[in-house]
Amino acid sequence: MVDARGYSCPIPVVMVQRAVKAEDPQNLTVLVDEQVCVENVTRFAKASGYSVTVTRDGDDFKLELSK
Amino acid sequence: MKKVNWLVVLAGVAVGIAALALSALGNPANMGFCIACFERDIAGGLGLHAAAKVQYIRPEIIGLVLGAMVMALVKGEFRAKGGSSPATRFLLGALVMIGALVFLGCPLRMVLRLGGGDLNALVALIGFTLGIFIGAQFVKRGFSLKRTYTMGASEGIALPAFLIVVGLAFVIFPALFKASTEGPGSMRAPFFVALVIAIVVGALAQRSRLCMVGGIRDAMLFKDFKLLYGFLAILIVTIIGKLALGGLGWGKLTPFKLGFAGQPVAHSSHLWNFLGMVLAGWGSVLLGGCPLRQLILAGEGNGDSAVTVFGMIIGAAISHNFGMAGNPDANGVVGGISLTGKVFVLCAFVVLLVISMVNLPKGAKKEA
Repeated sequence: MVDARGYSCPIPVVMVQRAVKAEDPQNLTVLVDEQVCVENVTRFAKASGYSVTVTRDGDDFKLELSK
Repeated sequence: MKKVNWLVVLAGVAVGIAALALSALGNPANMGFCIACFERDIAGGLGLHAAAKVQYIRPEIIGLVLGAMVMALVKGEFRAKGGSSPATRFLLGALVMIGALVFLGCPLRMVLRLGGGDLNALVALIGFTLGIFIGAQFVKRGFSLKRTYTMGASEGIALPAFLIVVGLAFVIFPALFKASTEGPGSMRAPFFVALVIAIVVGALAQRSRLCMVGGIRDAMLFKDFKLLYGFLAILIVTIIGKLALGGLGWGKLTPFKLGFAGQPVAHSSHLWNFLGMVLAGWGSVLLGGCPLRQLILAGEGNGDSAVTVFGMIIGAAISHNFGMAGNPDANGVVGGISLTGKVFVLCAFVVLLVISMVNLPKGAKKEA
């Protein structure tokens, strides 16, 4: 679980990158609160071989990454 | 990731065309758009510095922020927020500005100058890339200026409102402000034409997230080339435009001219062009975006970016009040910067290093 709410890009993508590098998880939940971060994290996740589903909860976005 | 993001290419093309048009309409050569130069001109227009050649309330800055704000409101992306190390951002904004003014241009003008054949901008680009590389090493190890929080509406509209008030006051009471009668500050596209062009560009930049720093940074960090296409689009449009239209004698639009010497509003003091943009690149990565991007984010309600812009305006005043900005080459004499400016740039690197180190997460040094 990566909680990147409140962080502006590219920091959320770096947080996801570090989590992926450290543990290579099959599933990873990422929380962000900017549309631009949804786009950037999704682009990074897909390039790293994950599929992504996005759900919106108020001002927050939940991204479910899975391999 | 191989897929080209056409929106950012479109935004890049629009910025390139807008810059050519603004020079043709009267803005200085290779300076259709320059965020650093124009914020510096606004600082001069407000009387914060006394450099008589660079004083004018530039409508381009106002338009970029307004265009981004309108687009963000339409798309539901406007959100008042802030609280991510504002004092540090103010300081970084000032340092980025001082670095950019050593070279005589923000990263955007660097691309425009390169597109005009100004090879001093190539030296600057190498420095800029190195600066981004240094900043990216810290970001990769977990550097951040900490998270932002949701704020009251005043935090989101402070900068747009400030710019609207200044712009309105300038239109109604121009005598209140200083305005250059010679030099770059006296070269202007018509106020309302420039304002409208900047609003369109601001809106497109908001949609596409165009950023001069982000392109090189994301390519380094994630092999993500999306934003780099915008950077390249500006460069290509500028080269084609200057080659095709530069000879027609439209306003201040000059022909494409390859070389170091005698370039418009430029100096060929290579080391300082290089180091000035190392400073601007490194500082911009720590801030999360180039000076253009800071304006766009401020338009989206980001108070952290607003405080960065205020820092840049004060940085411009400091730069000129202490004689630290680059002096253009003139009559075959190479310009460059004063001893004060050189010492300041070197000290600024120490400040950036300290800011970079203290904002790493605990234990990151071992990882490095």
